[in-house]
Amino acid sequence: MPYQLLRFAFSSKHPEPRMFREPDRLKDTYDAVIIGAGGHGLASAYYLARDHGMTNVAVLDRGYLGGGNTGRNTAIIRSNYLTPEGVAFYDQSVRLWQDLAQDFDLNLFYSTRGHFTLAHTDSAVRTMRWRAEVNKHFGIDSELVGPDAVGKACPQMDLSCGGHAPIMGALYHAPGAIARHDAVAWGYGRGADQRGVEIHQQTEVLGIDVEAGQVKGVRTSKGYISTRKVLCAVAGFTPRVCDMVGLRTPIYIHPLQAMVTEPQKPWLDPILVSGSLHIYVSQSARGELVMGASLDPYELHSTRSTLDFVEGLSAHMLDLFPFLSNARINRQWAGMADMTPDFAPIMGKTPVTGFYLDSGWGTWGFKATPVCGKTMSYTLANDRNHPLIEGFGLARFERYELTGEKGAASVGH
Amino acid sequence: MKLLRCPVNGVRPVSEFAYGGEIRSMPADTCSDIEWAHYVFNRSGVPGVKVEWWYHIASGTWFHAERDTVTDRVLRTWLPGDLPPAADGKAA
Repeated sequence: MPYQLLRFAFSSKHPEPRMFREPDRLKDTYDAVIIGAGGHGLASAYYLARDHGMTNVAVLDRGYLGGGNTGRNTAIIRSNYLTPEGVAFYDQSVRLWQDLAQDFDLNLFYSTRGHFTLAHTDSAVRTMRWRAEVNKHFGIDSELVGPDAVGKACPQMDLSCGGHAPIMGALYHAPGAIARHDAVAWGYGRGADQRGVEIHQQTEVLGIDVEAGQVKGVRTSKGYISTRKVLCAVAGFTPRVCDMVGLRTPIYIHPLQAMVTEPQKPWLDPILVSGSLHIYVSQSARGELVMGASLDPYELHSTRSTLDFVEGLSAHMLDLFPFLSNARINRQWAGMADMTPDFAPIMGKTPVTGFYLDSGWGTWGFKATPVCGKTMSYTLANDRNHPLIEGFGLARFERYELTGEKGAASVGH
Repeated sequence: MKLLRCPVNGVRPVSEFAYGGEIRSMPADTCSDIEWAHYVFNRSGVPGVKVEWWYHIASGTWFHAERDTVTDRVLRTWLPGDLPPAADGKAA
């Protein structure tokens, strides 16, 4: 046992400072208000303070820090997307991830594992080849591999999947990684807090005042704030917040469920995804198999879990790994995914001056946390969209210029 | 397992059904491109009681359902063209 732990036993007060302050009241006015204390909101606050010198900023959350989709995802990080916009954006994010632990002085358990997207049909192999070529063109480490390479990386797998969906190849992305998602929110929260940003948990936004197309203030459960800039980074609550400023969006909410087994000895090194079997799985540092599937099939604003989900996902897991038939499921949960028609996010300025969106992150937002913070803080500070997010504006739908990012999680071709 | 009442076949497991989205009215074809984009893409994503299209896959029946998108309670179901029955409030 490290001797440092002894001071916890002998000290009458908790000897470590808290990760961030808990201010007891809101100020009357802030330069910017960020709604949503998840990874995206806190990262934006952090880069606003660090890179743009804006520290008179409040981050509001109706629940607790990192309690939304930041703490509910399956923590996979990759950049092997399909469209040039997507690839450039996520590649920047992966690079940022790699120095984040140093930046925060906090162990994020960032673990590069290698990421296989399994192909069970000819058409899936074709799509994987397409994705590999787009990726390589942009300098991303991504290649099409045969079933033997999958078997070598993961000898426990039944490559025939019980005979009905044999693996014909895979897209292999060596930089694919996992990280401890809670620590990401804490790290950004602490970094922002140290630079003067205020984090207000259990502070619900009740309304946003707009006068002549310009944001004037925010009504909250703890009082009124006047501000000219509001960033909405609230995932599944986006339609409700947009409604407060009279903005219509194509976003619709479906739950996305996930579950973990009880901890096992380390045996699964790579991250595996199968679009045909609707599975993604990795083994966490704690030994749990972290598993997800596809979206729930209809709109629902709730984080309830279902038994159907556990049954369906377990059946597909057994296709890949028959020896898991005795493994037990430890817990399951759901998050509200804000989906868009083209599986690309909706980011940047909106028709309401001073109201910025970081939304439409559906099932693929965790991996983009750092780059969303970077680009949204730039957009807020300069009132100008960052070049990397120009393809993701809300106005693209009016122009019928969809981005079409189907390299998103849990989307088949 | 969640159950849903098909107006033709009675109460069936929800896995036999497909979701068809909220019922929305199509603008006239003389509308502007922006109005059309609004119809094609934008949704009322705010939660509440909505009238939706549902489809019973096994029998090929399309029907209307009134559902609360927060609690996931289906208030009533009926065939297109019929009058909606009185809401019984039961989860069916």
